[in-house]
Amino acid sequence: MLDALVQALGLIASGDPDLWAIVLLSLRVTLTAVALSCIIGFPLGAAVGALRFPGRGGVALLLNALMGLPPVVVGLMVYLALSASGPFGVLGLLYTPTAMIIAQTVLVTPIIAALTRQVVEDLDGQYAEQFASLGVRWHDRIAALLWDARYALLTVALAGFGRAVAEVGAVLIVGGNINHVTRVMTTTIALETSKGNLHLALALGVVLLMLALIVNAAVMAVRQTAERAAYA
Amino acid sequence: MYRRMLFAMAASLSLAVAAPAMAAEEFILVQSTTSTQNSGLFDHILPQFTGETGIAVRVVAVGTGQAIRNAANGDGDVLFVHAKPAEEAFVAEGNGMARHDVMYNDFVLVGPSSDPAGVRGMTDVTAALARIAEAETPFASRGDDSGTHKAELRLWAQTPVSVSEASGGWYRETGSGMGATLNIASGMGAYAMTDRATWIAFANKGALDILVEGDDRLFNQYGIILVNPERHPNVKAAAGQAFVDWILSEEGQSAIASYTLEGEQLFFPNAK
Repeated sequence: MLDALVQALGLIASGDPDLWAIVLLSLRVTLTAVALSCIIGFPLGAAVGALRFPGRGGVALLLNALMGLPPVVVGLMVYLALSASGPFGVLGLLYTPTAMIIAQTVLVTPIIAALTRQVVEDLDGQYAEQFASLGVRWHDRIAALLWDARYALLTVALAGFGRAVAEVGAVLIVGGNINHVTRVMTTTIALETSKGNLHLALALGVVLLMLALIVNAAVMAVRQTAERAAYA
Repeated sequence: MYRRMLFAMAASLSLAVAAPAMAAEEFILVQSTTSTQNSGLFDHILPQFTGETGIAVRVVAVGTGQAIRNAANGDGDVLFVHAKPAEEAFVAEGNGMARHDVMYNDFVLVGPSSDPAGVRGMTDVTAALARIAEAETPFASRGDDSGTHKAELRLWAQTPVSVSEASGGWYRETGSGMGATLNIASGMGAYAMTDRATWIAFANKGALDILVEGDDRLFNQYGIILVNPERHPNVKAAAGQAFVDWILSEEGQSAIASYTLEGEQLFFPNAK
């Protein structure tokens, strides 16, 4: 493991343009997918958490269950949809980064929505009386809850990021691991493992871990600065 | 206030999407197998083709079975695999145009150098397989409907052994690619059948050695097929045909012949 760490640092220090392209593509695909998932999942989760409607329990259960969607299954569904013989084949999106973004969005949105529902539901319990007494309308209520839960929601988004950046099953199927086009960190690790280059694969894994560390540290820093500004 | 939040989200999204625009270049998609990709053959020959024609080649490297199914869905312009009967069926079903022989190499039987079944040096591959079965020493099979898996099953069919009955016992179907299967064989000290190109390029041989080779039945033929543009209108027929023609041309054939790894030629061109 120490060897892998040394080799990983060497890889980074070498400034290999291929490695950087792969790292940047990984970040681009995953960050875009997480952003899209937040745009869908935050309001969806908040609506399920804060509003009362028939079938609400069922929806909450479904969201929780969908957190366990296997990436390979998501990859297959998106492949069948985007395949030339599938309903969206004319778009020509299969084996492009866009296809990978779509697959990861499908994978991560339930995670964001389900965790948001829990956060918002807890918060709604504390706010319910004020909302009722002020006669707040439903969409203002969702917006207020999301805003007040924003720091917790950052952690929710990080959970989604962790899932997306680590998965290989979905992006391998819909991206095809094409060199210089759809090759990302996880598919490179899988490829090097299959070539028997186990040490290189492990070193790439360490690079991926560092990437996750940097993203998490950046989000934590933003959160602390914002909190300090808010309570100063 | 939620306007502010929407703004923040939109900003982060546009940052993430704003990626370097992909160069507008003509490209074709080739559905191929892991052996051609992992051995480094494509890295050797494709730049030559792209340099001459300006057509970039994107390779999806999966098992032959999956490559054929992907191509049958129209997800690819050219199919470049190694399972002749399945390729001929692909053409017969109207999914592809003519099938051409491109090159060959051979399969080898690898196993632990201690060779508990005692097959080292045998030249009759089915006799060697039967001996492995008799000794009930672990055998790692691809089990993934790939070209190598199909070839392995054809050989078992010439022995009295029923591998489906032995599955889960000494016969272990990994359901994985060649490299992953060799990793497993190396880890558990199992026998396995592999194409020679993947074997030479494989870096985690551990205690594995080539034990059986040279039987005519271990011949491994690769073929190339243009996906039928009439069935799949999205197929780039002209560019795909240009690639097929180049691979079969003297130039393409000598590019294949000139690829060596550790002093060994990995693929032998035999286009007619």
